[in-house]
Amino acid sequence: MEPSDHLFRREAGRMIATLTRVFGVHNLALAEDVVQDAFCRALEVWKFRGVPDNPSAWLLAAAKNRAFDILRRQRTARTFAPELGRLLDSEWTLVPAVEELFTANAIKDDLLRMMFSCCQARLAEEAQVALILNILCGFSVNEIASAFVSSHAAIEKRITRAKKLLAASKRLFDVTAPADFAARLPAVHRALYLLFNEGYHGASAETAVRAELCHEAMRLAALLLEHPLGSTPATYALSALMCFNAARLPARVNAAGNLTSLFDQDRSLWDRKLATDGIRLLELAATGRELTEYHVEAAIASVHARAPRAEDTDWTAIVLLYDMLMSVRPSPIVALNRAIAVAQHEGPERGLEAIGAIEDRDRLTGYPFYPAALGEFELRRGRHETARKHFHAALALARNPMERQFLTQRIGACERGDPRQPTILEPAARLQREIRT
Amino acid sequence: MSEFTFLFRGSDPTAQSPEEMQKSMQKWLAWFKELGEKGHIKYPGHPLERTGKVVTGKHKSVHDGPYAEAKDIVNGFTLIEARDLAQAVEISKGCPIFEAGGSVEVRPIRVLGM
Repeated sequence: MEPSDHLFRREAGRMIATLTRVFGVHNLALAEDVVQDAFCRALEVWKFRGVPDNPSAWLLAAAKNRAFDILRRQRTARTFAPELGRLLDSEWTLVPAVEELFTANAIKDDLLRMMFSCCQARLAEEAQVALILNILCGFSVNEIASAFVSSHAAIEKRITRAKKLLAASKRLFDVTAPADFAARLPAVHRALYLLFNEGYHGASAETAVRAELCHEAMRLAALLLEHPLGSTPATYALSALMCFNAARLPARVNAAGNLTSLFDQDRSLWDRKLATDGIRLLELAATGRELTEYHVEAAIASVHARAPRAEDTDWTAIVLLYDMLMSVRPSPIVALNRAIAVAQHEGPERGLEAIGAIEDRDRLTGYPFYPAALGEFELRRGRHETARKHFHAALALARNPMERQFLTQRIGACERGDPRQPTILEPAARLQREIRT
Repeated sequence: MSEFTFLFRGSDPTAQSPEEMQKSMQKWLAWFKELGEKGHIKYPGHPLERTGKVVTGKHKSVHDGPYAEAKDIVNGFTLIEARDLAQAVEISKGCPIFEAGGSVEVRPIRVLGM
């Protein structure tokens, strides 16, 4: 049989989460060694004997056997998980205690435990995201560096420091305490949101890599939804938002490999099933009193998802939703998006006025979509020369080849005086790197 | 048809990410599958543990072994059927081990008899 795609990567997260529970978080590196060892064994045996019927169970069993080995051999030399305590002292108690930790339900909780542990406030948000990718999603430093278009050294440093901090945190997060769970949950949402956005808006030119990041964020969000404490309206809203955006992924890059704006996308390529899932999840999110930014962003995405053609978009609804987002989570980026919606709805002059009214718009310097939006509005008013200057300013700020290519095309449109329906690249609702909200 | 043994040496995957290891495994599986379909596999063989003992000399002294450097340790073998040594060598060239810096030793199995 053929192993499923990314089997090793996915299993790596499960195994490390569980082994860390057995060994204790201070032995994170040991857990990683055991996982690596299990993969080496699989590689050696499977290539001669073929893939077993249940490869996940095989890998887990290999990790468990190795864990027993280590626990027996090193129980006096090393301290293991404090939760297991004296259970490790006797063979009678060790075996059932460890077996219990390797059951399917326990592993599910271990993944959450690790996810919550990665999202501690002492770690910067980008470190949390990198740690989740490394530990729970099985991405190597190299793979993360290439997905983030960052240097190997920078990511390695970030992850090494984060791991040191995690290993020093004495014990893993307790996912059975409702108050602690609820208090940490927003940070977990935020990390998953950033992970998804890194895939959706990120700098890597490789679509496959970016789609992977989005799928990982969705997979982890689905884990949250399976947990009674994790399935809150905000988690549903976040999952809905991810579904709506992921539905558009197949159309975001056209056949020529260029970024395509929301208004230019071939909507027949949108994934109908994901959009339907989004609608269902958004309905499930509409309970309780809390209105989070994820609710509002998902609602905005749902308006786009419901429009069969770009010109069918309900801009009145979108402007209202951006007003709401500004009250829930104000930021100059949200205000810029609102201005873009205003321009779509009421024309470029009103859009420019809306940009002029952004109080803290000085924080947008450095954000390429700020001059790009000005450029679009000016182009639409027929002021090609002013528009061209704005696009040049945006080009100077562009962060990756896809953005550069997109902006170069817009400059070309200004020079030709292109009367075509202008386009604005779908900017991030909130930005992760350049501007701290 | 003649028989050959392939001795695999030194493909140490420890520096690879899970995804890379899976890809490497899938290449091996594809290679074995292809050889099997073409009727070249006499016996798929075994991986060998990297540890063991070496017994030497008249005094049969026992040492931890093998001594060799990681790249020289035989870590698996397979029995192959091929027309002749030249074809067996050609077959070995498809082995994914080379991408990881390893080697394949192709040894004809001596025919017992007169």
